Amino acid sequence: MTALLAVEGISKRFRGLKAVDDVSFTVPKGGIVALIGPNGAGKTTTFNLIAGVYAPDTGRIVLDGEDITSLRPDRACHAGIGRTFQIVKPFGAMTVLENVVVGALRRSADVAAARSRAAELLERVGLADKAAMPAQGLTLPEKKRLETARALATEPKILLLDEVMAGLRPTEIDRMVETFRALNRETGIAILLTEHVMRAVMALSDRIVVLHHGRKICEGSPEQVARNEAVLESYLGTEAVS
Amino acid sequence: MRARVLLSLLAVALVAAPFVVSGYLVSVLIVALYFAYVGQAWNIMMGFAGQLSLGHALYVGLGAYTAAALFVQSGVPPWLGLIAAIIVAMAFAAAIGFLAFRFGISGVYFALLTIAFAEFTRIGFDHFGWVGASAGLFLPVSQRSGSDLLALRGTPTMFYYVILALAAGAFALSRWLLTSRIGFYWMAIREDQDAAQALGIDTFRYKLAAVVVSAAMTSIAGVFFAFYYNNLFPEQIFSIGRSIEIILGPIIGGLGTLFGPVLGAFVLQLLAEALREGVSALGLEIPGLTQVFYGVCLLVVVMFLPNGVWPPIARRLRL
Repeated sequence: MTALLAVEGISKRFRGLKAVDDVSFTVPKGGIVALIGPNGAGKTTTFNLIAGVYAPDTGRIVLDGEDITSLRPDRACHAGIGRTFQIVKPFGAMTVLENVVVGALRRSADVAAARSRAAELLERVGLADKAAMPAQGLTLPEKKRLETARALATEPKILLLDEVMAGLRPTEIDRMVETFRALNRETGIAILLTEHVMRAVMALSDRIVVLHHGRKICEGSPEQVARNEAVLESYLGTEAVS
Repeated sequence: MRARVLLSLLAVALVAAPFVVSGYLVSVLIVALYFAYVGQAWNIMMGFAGQLSLGHALYVGLGAYTAAALFVQSGVPPWLGLIAAIIVAMAFAAAIGFLAFRFGISGVYFALLTIAFAEFTRIGFDHFGWVGASAGLFLPVSQRSGSDLLALRGTPTMFYYVILALAAGAFALSRWLLTSRIGFYWMAIREDQDAAQALGIDTFRYKLAAVVVSAAMTSIAGVFFAFYYNNLFPEQIFSIGRSIEIILGPIIGGLGTLFGPVLGAFVLQLLAEALREGVSALGLEIPGLTQVFYGVCLLVVVMFLPNGVWPPIARRLRL
């Protein structure tokens, strides 16, 4: 498989702290890769480096053959990065539909076309009945789904999901997993996700990258990672995965 | 549909007004329409794009002085002066916006910057001899035998229709902006800049556009002001009090809404005028009464209708 996203030896230091330390991994075309690790392991920083919020101190990020290292967030979006935020950032006073319209306008300046595209995406993430509501009235899980639809509206090559399952009930998690699986299967979009909900990580990902203190300590299939001793010790705990 | 009918009724009433009401009331309506116009211009920047300007008198003053000085000193006709005024205001706005947004100045600090620019422009004009410095700039007032729209000289009725056309034009422009891509992008930036940028929006460019469009529109109000009042003093036209007066209408009417700035300006100006008349009918003269009244209105709206007067009315009218 060819790599869609290649992260090559990126590091980011905040003052003295090495938040991300020489991390490399790839996401193949159409693949789903999970980035896991304890809080403070550098998952969100890695996301922000890929999405252009910060520029890495060292290393290179390549998306579909294009070097996107240090591109501004809007340029990264143009290159094909779509992302959600761990701490949700809805356009609160705008309606749910309008939120997604903003994303859809990336591809067409025609507002009417953007509206119908947005409506389709709301259907996909299960928010169609909330379309006319102000986004600030949504529950947290709904806001996460809204962010997903908004990011998808920009028609990215890869979707970066930052803890979209947090706070969901198990049945909701299964539904979200199914949503992303269907999305991946039907559109071929690649997904890079960070997640603490292991149930979702195990069900979704083809491959898992484990970070600890900013370093990659393990990479492999869900089964391999679940058996890896370093991972068990630093993150999962010995009886976490059954 | 309902909105269209109501808007048409309002338009008919405003067009017919000079034939129906007294000259005195026409002059009151001119002031109300003036504030409806500048309020809409300011609303584009703050209401749509979320960039707070507390120094919008700067663009009124620049527009007024540019067109008036060209007219007085070189006989440049006002409609040409208007173009010069717009260019000057846009250049100032682009410079301020560039400085602020390139260096990531936002929120309160951006508002302070807009005050600073208005203030030092005021001080600059106080010492700018070519435009009369602090002694003021006066436009020659000819005999008002007839109205000459091209020279922008004429009766209050002519000025009434000019400012009515401007206010209506601003409304149409605002509506068009709000329903096109730029409007969505401005609102996204207003609501959350990081999220907007993650969706591919060049926030720097769009914020700059908001400031420049708003300034250009505001400078046209300045040209109107100069030719209507025929005298300009830096101390008055650039004062922070004027900047505050501009923003009261939209805040009271409803920030970010289309009709809010119009409604706010009318409510405020008509009530203030009624109050002034009422008080003087009682034989009293209370200096600063209007300002106190503005303050009370602002207080009441902020406490009871934080989204402005218009949104609840719009709901009631099912618009």
